[in-house]
Amino acid sequence: MTDTAQEPMLAADGRPLKQSLARALRRQKTRALLMIAPLLLFVMLTFVIPILSMLMRSVENAIVPDTLPGTVAALSAWDASSGRAPDEVVYRHLFIDLFKAAEAKEHTKLGTRLNYEQTGQSSLFRTSGRKLDDLAEPYQDAIEDISPDFKEAAFWYELMSGEDGSALLAQRRDLWNALVGEELSGEAGFMPSAQIAQLLPWTARAYTDFALWSALVKNDTVAEERPWEAVYAALAMDLEDPAKRQAIADYDGAGAAQLQALAAAQSDLPAVRLREGFIELNRSWGEPRIWTTIKLYSPRYTPGYFLNAVDMQLSPDGAEAKPENQQIYTQLFKRTLIMALIITGSCILLGYPVAWILANLPARTANVLMILVLLPFWTSLLVRTSAWKVLLQQQGVINEILVWLGFVDDANRLVLMNNATGTVIAMTHILLPFMILPLYSVMKTIPPSYLRAAKSLGATNWTAFRRVYFPQSVPGIGAGSILVFILAIGYYITPEIVGGTSGVFISNRIAYHISSSLNWGLAAALGTILLVVVLALYWLYDRIVGIDNVKLGG
Amino acid sequence: MNASIKRPDLYRFTMPIVAVMGALFGFVTGKIFDSPVLGLILGALIGAGLSVVLARFARTKRWKIIGASGLVFALTGLLAGGVGGLFGGLVTGLALSWFAHWVGSGRYRAGVPVYYSKAQVLWHSVFLFICAFVFFFLVAPLVPVIWLSFNAEQFFTFTPEMLSFKAEGYSLRHYRDFLGTEEWMVPLKNSLIIAPIATLISVTLGTLAAIGLSQSHVPGRRAIMAILISPMIVPLIISATGMFFFYAPLGNWLELNLGLNQAFVGFVKVILAHAVLGIPFVIITVTATLVGFDRSLTRAAASMGADPVTTFFRVQMPLILPGVISGALFAFITSFDEVVVVLFVGSARQQTLPWQMFTGLREQISPTILAAATILVGVSILLLTVLELLRRRSERLRGMSPG
Repeated sequence: MTDTAQEPMLAADGRPLKQSLARALRRQKTRALLMIAPLLLFVMLTFVIPILSMLMRSVENAIVPDTLPGTVAALSAWDASSGRAPDEVVYRHLFIDLFKAAEAKEHTKLGTRLNYEQTGQSSLFRTSGRKLDDLAEPYQDAIEDISPDFKEAAFWYELMSGEDGSALLAQRRDLWNALVGEELSGEAGFMPSAQIAQLLPWTARAYTDFALWSALVKNDTVAEERPWEAVYAALAMDLEDPAKRQAIADYDGAGAAQLQALAAAQSDLPAVRLREGFIELNRSWGEPRIWTTIKLYSPRYTPGYFLNAVDMQLSPDGAEAKPENQQIYTQLFKRTLIMALIITGSCILLGYPVAWILANLPARTANVLMILVLLPFWTSLLVRTSAWKVLLQQQGVINEILVWLGFVDDANRLVLMNNATGTVIAMTHILLPFMILPLYSVMKTIPPSYLRAAKSLGATNWTAFRRVYFPQSVPGIGAGSILVFILAIGYYITPEIVGGTSGVFISNRIAYHISSSLNWGLAAALGTILLVVVLALYWLYDRIVGIDNVKLGG
Repeated sequence: MNASIKRPDLYRFTMPIVAVMGALFGFVTGKIFDSPVLGLILGALIGAGLSVVLARFARTKRWKIIGASGLVFALTGLLAGGVGGLFGGLVTGLALSWFAHWVGSGRYRAGVPVYYSKAQVLWHSVFLFICAFVFFFLVAPLVPVIWLSFNAEQFFTFTPEMLSFKAEGYSLRHYRDFLGTEEWMVPLKNSLIIAPIATLISVTLGTLAAIGLSQSHVPGRRAIMAILISPMIVPLIISATGMFFFYAPLGNWLELNLGLNQAFVGFVKVILAHAVLGIPFVIITVTATLVGFDRSLTRAAASMGADPVTTFFRVQMPLILPGVISGALFAFITSFDEVVVVLFVGSARQQTLPWQMFTGLREQISPTILAAATILVGVSILLLTVLELLRRRSERLRGMSPG
């Protein structure tokens, strides 16, 4: 005994047996995993990652900070509860950001995005974007009057070019990339001067933006292009600062003479009043609520879509319920759940007797009757949906027969379609096999002798069923119900065709937001909520039935 | 039949019940001729008479007497209402005669123990009728679709010519439309390109993974299984939304960086999406087959010197083949029948047959949809038959049941 305890048992090849077994086990595990790996990878890539990307999209809000980077930063100092629109400096940032976005035609996208939160923003951004040139024109004219050299593209290029501006260049380039949503490639052909950037910060930023746009997107030579009107406005902003005018006097780089002349004649330039200018373009710019919305949606990630999906909205004081007349989604979720429950209930009612009779008939007859269950199960979903359209419509088979038999007056035919009734009837039919099959497989395992035993002990038929048979069939009801409920809650095709407006589900709303209203964030948020519900049910199903025990069609 | 079943009393039991049933049929028939009350009375009389006549022929074979009686009704119908009457009479006659026989011969008691009370027997019969109704509910909706697909008119409804079975009410024009126009043939072709390739991908990867999963020591088996089954559980609309967000930039990237043709990329996207939707079905059916697989067979093969690959193809594969094929059928039908994902992921170039049907149904273009539907019903009957044969073969191979 003591000998074997001390000396390890050896395998045929002389290794310790324990080690040898562990190695075999390890090899077996690796082999199994290697067989699973390709599929797992495939499902991850083609399914799990897309779903995760949808989850991301439901909170993503990069468009606001990417389109209005300066404005968003400047707005953080503004107090939304002050009841008045922000100061001039915010409007200046807005002007520069919006001008840039309008050049790239990205401002309408931002308008559409903000329109989801507050109607009217879309047209506000669209019309304002068109008229930004008008705001800048007075400054351009005045500057060109004072020093005609500012009309020349080459002069501008010489003035702004210099050394050590790579940090500014890289920063502006990143902002462009974020705005257009792709990596702009190519050489700028322009290096901003660090000295000018310090002297004229607004102008340097605006000109760099312009230079990058001309070189990378338009493929023009920067030195041959006249700058945007916005650059003149930026120059006017810089010149307003007396400290900067002072610094210009000491400047001796390229274009120093013209710049100094401009600084000296600064009082001839119109005062920069972009706040008034914007309000003149559109009165809404003067209202604090626009700014509240922009400020609320300025973070990169927002709970806004989710709040919308449950009929709430962001406000400066946190989340609040939407006005009564705009609440549609909680209603729709409720309706989806209720209709899915009704469908599940009718499937139990219709499926239980059929499953019982299939489980209790002799095998040969049961097999024949099983075909009647499997045939609709195997028939194309669209075929069955079109069948219900044929049956349920106003001139459809059911109405025709009822009218023909005189039960229904020809003038008031039953409205069976384009409402909740149609959806419930058609979906009960479509999902019924998913209830019958699990019920059948559970009932098949209940020995008929139990019922006989109960009866021989004096139970009535009803008692025997209620106390003996029914409890044993509950797992089947559970499995079938969860399956039917999960399928029903996410149905799209059938409600779309027979549901009209009052018989549609949340999934139809998701499809609407994807393909018609293009509010993808909201679609993703609605989808995420639906997904959470379904996954919770799936987890429950796994606990009750086990995923491994899912059976398909007999 | 069981000789111990007692025939119920003809005049106190059978006759009144069959008369009531006859009255019902008479009422409906009377409605057609605008005299429901007369029909009701006549029907009751016919029913009563029928029960007596059938009782006379109690010893004759069941189907012979029911058939003969149905024929008499059909001929009467032919005289009264032409071809439509012939069919109506035949159906009414067969139903009423079967019912009269079922009640009169006492067959309604065949399924219940002799000691059952009258109420229990009544409940049993009602229960059978409920089940019959549910089976009817399951299958009957398909009948009008098939019937209407032969409509000569451009409508979704029955014309009087169809109902009276006149030849001019029927035509094959919708089938000609289906087979003869680009509008339907291109989608059919697309479906036949996408579904088989998607099936091939899901079956190859799925079978391999199912075999891996059925090994005895797989770390994280439950989690892996949950991920692999998830495409079936996640509602299609959510899968479609996710794929829509993810596949669009993926497709653009493929087009730009690999210089692939747009239509080709579109097909790749739809095929990948459909393949992943079919995977759970392959996993489930193949795993179920592998549960009953006798592992000692592979060991026996190995002990006789077969390498794993040979063992797989010569021993394991033939035995799990039925499971693999039925998984493949499921995957195929999933792709062939799928609309939501292809609507979101595909473009007009990848329009499939269900997509075309869906747009047709939304806008109600023509009964050509019904012709397509009928053809699809035919396909599904074919698939069902194949599956049933496979199931039997599988059971026979495992010695579970005779024939």
